[in-house]
Amino acid sequence: MSAASRVRVRLPAPLRVLASVPSEVTVVVPGPVTQRAVLDAIEEAHPCLRGTIRDQASGRRRAFIRFFVHESDLSDLGPDEPLPRNVADGVEPFVVIGAMAGG
Amino acid sequence: MSRVRLMVGTRKGGFLLTSDGRRGAWEVEGPLFPGWEIYHMDASPADPDRMYASQTSGWFGQVVQRSDDGGKTWSAIGNDFAYEGGAGTHKWYDGSDKPWEFTRIWHIEPSPDDPDVVYAGAQDAALYRSQDGGASWEELTGLRRHPTGPTWQPGAGGLCLHTILLSPCDPSRMIVAISAAGAFRSDDAGTSWQPINKGLLSGGVLPDPDAEVGHCVHKIAMHRSHPDVLFMQKHWDVMRSDDGGGSWHEISGDLPTDFGFAISVNSNEPETIYVVPIKSDSEHYPPEGKLRVYRSKTGGGEWEPLTKGLPQQHCYVDVLRDAMAVDTLDPCGVYFGTTGGQVYASPDGGDTWYPAARDLPAVLSVEAQTLP
Repeated sequence: MSAASRVRVRLPAPLRVLASVPSEVTVVVPGPVTQRAVLDAIEEAHPCLRGTIRDQASGRRRAFIRFFVHESDLSDLGPDEPLPRNVADGVEPFVVIGAMAGG
Repeated sequence: MSRVRLMVGTRKGGFLLTSDGRRGAWEVEGPLFPGWEIYHMDASPADPDRMYASQTSGWFGQVVQRSDDGGKTWSAIGNDFAYEGGAGTHKWYDGSDKPWEFTRIWHIEPSPDDPDVVYAGAQDAALYRSQDGGASWEELTGLRRHPTGPTWQPGAGGLCLHTILLSPCDPSRMIVAISAAGAFRSDDAGTSWQPINKGLLSGGVLPDPDAEVGHCVHKIAMHRSHPDVLFMQKHWDVMRSDDGGGSWHEISGDLPTDFGFAISVNSNEPETIYVVPIKSDSEHYPPEGKLRVYRSKTGGGEWEPLTKGLPQQHCYVDVLRDAMAVDTLDPCGVYFGTTGGQVYASPDGGDTWYPAARDLPAVLSVEAQTLP
């Protein structure tokens, strides 16, 4: 049985404003640290973020959202695949990005 | 003295404009929800401090905000707009079948008598109702499951449900409009729906010009004292119904062009209506570069241009479907916003105009609230 992890999450500016949080928040993930578990924890802590990172019905990542960890794009990692250990250990943040746009 | 509050949704946030009853100067607050598209804001007629806002983003999806203190503070409320019972398909632009997919809420319509009851019109077209102040939403499925639903096609702006009219006399009657499916009416509080498009002609757009559905209705307006009289700005043509949508006839009359988006009715004169003619479906700006509101005091057919205070040269803005509103003072105040970021106000029923705000982001919607 996995111990709870304290995972650092960085949010893009529009979602920080929406949730009234600083650029980085820490969430407690009770089991294996996966994308799904981290997003579940974020949405549990900040219900107003439901639907803004992933679709509420399908659970799919929204099209213009990316997930970065330490210079790697993990957006296409399966939602139940384990995230790198340094995310679970709180060394590296799980970074939520709004894909670049604006010209 | 009464006050007027304008709720202005723009491409990059919401704004509240407040004036006293003279409507000569406006205090501007905002942007609310900066950086987000605010498709529509509106307030409950039953509780003027209860306001709702549709906040959307191509990146972050749909958020709905609610204020219980007249816009001083806001809270995100329920945003789970699910298509009940499986999405099914509608037609895509190329005629192929496309699964229904939620994009955003275009229009919010609070109940006239219960602040916790509110309706929302979605893209892809669906009608939702909340009975708990927006905490949760249920789809009124009878509309999208109408037998014609699988044939509905989007207009250029998407398959959007943009008009929701609640009858002030009959709580069971509702009218909605969808671009480009047409207008629909329910006489059982939203359980079942019938198309109300008889008399609409869309030659050049539809293979069958007077088809049961498929008309690109841009907006419908109604006066509270005459809920059976409906005024419609269609893609082309300004139309009127005297029987709650049972049949329509054209009232474009002597307009310079009958293309446009917005239409409103004077709050004191049920036969006085306003449109903003736009040159064409490809040239979304006023003809001749002159921004003119046209007013008919005869319920359509005969129109007069209203130009005092509006730019009469080199003006190439658009006025979108939800971007015109009226207050309930006498004389009636008329307001509209442009894609150039101006909000024009007329405190005298359209005789004269001036910019209540000049340099906002592109305006998507304007609603007017008359406050005690």
